[in-house]
Amino acid sequence: MGSAKQVDPAAAAELFIIRDHVHEPMHDRFLWATMQRRNKEAAAIPEWEELREIASTIKEHTLTHLDQYLEEFEANATKRGAHVHWALDAAEHNEIVYSILEDHGAKELIKSKSMLQEECQMAPYLQNRGIKVIESDLGERIQQLDGQPPSHIVFPSIHKTRQDVARLFARTIGTNPDNDDPHFLTEVMRNNARPRFLAADAGMTGGNFAIAETGTFMVCTNEGNADIGASVPPIHIASIGIEKIVPRVEDMGVFLRLLARSAEGAPLTQYSSHFTGPRKGGELHIVLVDNGRSRRLAMPEFWHSLKCIRCGACMNTCPVYRRSGGLAYGATYSGPIGVILDPTFDEFKYSELPFHSTLCGSCSEVCPVRIDISDQIFKWRRVMAKKGYLPLAKRLSFAVAGYVFAHPEEYHVVQKFAEPALEYAPHFLLYNNSLNPWGRDRELPHLAKQTFREWYLENRSENAKAAN
Amino acid sequence: MQRPQTSRETILTSIRANLPKPVEHPHIPVFARAGGPLKPAFEQHLREAGGAFHDVSSAAEAEAKLMALHPGAKVVCSAVPEIYGTRRVEAVQDPHQLADVDVGVVRAQFGVAESGAVWLTQEDLVVNALGVLSQHLIVLLDPEQIVPDMHAAYRRVRLNETAFGCFMMGPSATADVEATLVHGAQGARSLNIFFLSSPNQGLALQKTDVDPGEDQPID
Repeated sequence: MGSAKQVDPAAAAELFIIRDHVHEPMHDRFLWATMQRRNKEAAAIPEWEELREIASTIKEHTLTHLDQYLEEFEANATKRGAHVHWALDAAEHNEIVYSILEDHGAKELIKSKSMLQEECQMAPYLQNRGIKVIESDLGERIQQLDGQPPSHIVFPSIHKTRQDVARLFARTIGTNPDNDDPHFLTEVMRNNARPRFLAADAGMTGGNFAIAETGTFMVCTNEGNADIGASVPPIHIASIGIEKIVPRVEDMGVFLRLLARSAEGAPLTQYSSHFTGPRKGGELHIVLVDNGRSRRLAMPEFWHSLKCIRCGACMNTCPVYRRSGGLAYGATYSGPIGVILDPTFDEFKYSELPFHSTLCGSCSEVCPVRIDISDQIFKWRRVMAKKGYLPLAKRLSFAVAGYVFAHPEEYHVVQKFAEPALEYAPHFLLYNNSLNPWGRDRELPHLAKQTFREWYLENRSENAKAAN
Repeated sequence: MQRPQTSRETILTSIRANLPKPVEHPHIPVFARAGGPLKPAFEQHLREAGGAFHDVSSAAEAEAKLMALHPGAKVVCSAVPEIYGTRRVEAVQDPHQLADVDVGVVRAQFGVAESGAVWLTQEDLVVNALGVLSQHLIVLLDPEQIVPDMHAAYRRVRLNETAFGCFMMGPSATADVEATLVHGAQGARSLNIFFLSSPNQGLALQKTDVDPGEDQPID
């Protein structure tokens, strides 16, 4: 991904918020409901926190022995008859996939959801070479038909209303635009996808986990679409990031108990499928993809982001994500996890993302593999500041704050004088629409009449005791 | 002449150069379980996942139940000896031949109480697509074969012995339109578990009983 213009998440979020009175509140409500289901499921498991800790440590163990486990995975998968390919970057991943398809004269591809294939921009690459690429996950297909990337890593079209989908299907498939019943719309897609599954020359999936011990990879879906794509066409190609490895079959018990509960508040996804070598009569290709991951291992402050199992819980809990919509991030990965992953691909382009956060810390609290997401967001802010990527307005205010907090005497002076200033400043400076569109619907808390220090000196300090 | 480094070597070299300080693999304890029978928990979670269940005591009752649940079914493709169906999956040469299946019938090796999921492998399905191309699924499950949780489940699976294994939890589902739960997205529209003990050897269908490629009447 080459350096392009900086994405402006705050401006894009504003468009989502002011679009109408429907989309943003709906988005917020659905994701919060998902979060509440997650909380209920988590609370029902007495060892939940222990599972998070174990999962985190298994991932850390794996990542700190990643070369060994990748070789073990490759050896076992190969022994079982899979073809294992290695791709240094997105371009090589796409070339490998295309060459497999070309070798077989494959013209039509049915694929299930894969964030890695999104990351590699695979679909446009293949389409430019004459391959018909069909998304089979309902949300992904909706996004594909609308010419948009997924806005959420688990619920790709969660930012759309049922009316949006009905109108889209009317335009692209020819159904009744006034029938916006989700049952009807799902049935439309089922009937639309079936012939494509049967006609496809190859099926593609991602991989949620790859087990070194057996050379197995697994895919979680609710629709069963990955299973159809893997079991009907003669060729199955799976794209798997090198960080998806786990050492042993036993480890999967921990991860599967966490994944769907964190993602959607269900004990499992409807289908948790394990592929170990090609199916009877089929051919299996596994593409292991680096695309910057091995480089990330060397970043002491950020390598823990490689533990991510792509559940999306950090997005569902995030007050900024829920109100922005995922497309506002202008990147493959959105929400808190996107804020810490995207800059590893392009620091300049995604330099604004770390500021698209309140640092409330909720993401770190819900992460099933205990990634210190919110700390990493803060650390990315420092990286961006050091590189001089801050927009002017922020650079000024942060510079002032940095000086003041480093000089406590001035702080007390400033704090006292800031009171009357802040009474007016928020609206003009912080919440001026053009300077900071985030502030449009927000208010700063009112300041206390007395500062804490004044109150302390009066009531609790040695002085106060002496006076009493 | 030195051959150029492959991407595999480049990636592994890069990983080795960048590995953080080693962290040990943690011990996964055996978590304490509340006692009690597992079947009710399995049933509750299966129901929550959109599945249904029935206690049946014989192959004949299973067949009658299937007919009652799916009276309009024209093609019943079976992978189990208890229910013959109209098509034996052993006779299916190519997964595309399953496109017209109304009801697929298969036996799961075991169920998982904490989710209501069942474990189905390539050996159980015979043709993997049977589990997802069938419009509806009937899954036979021995009520004695239920494990409490995913830890126990993974101790039971033999991933090195099967090319495909799936924990299937109820029917296909999606919530991609306005987070509204709909069953029957791409895979089976419904999933009914029949609790029926595993057959003894005498009941097992002989290979010679199968007439490849010919659909049988359902009676």
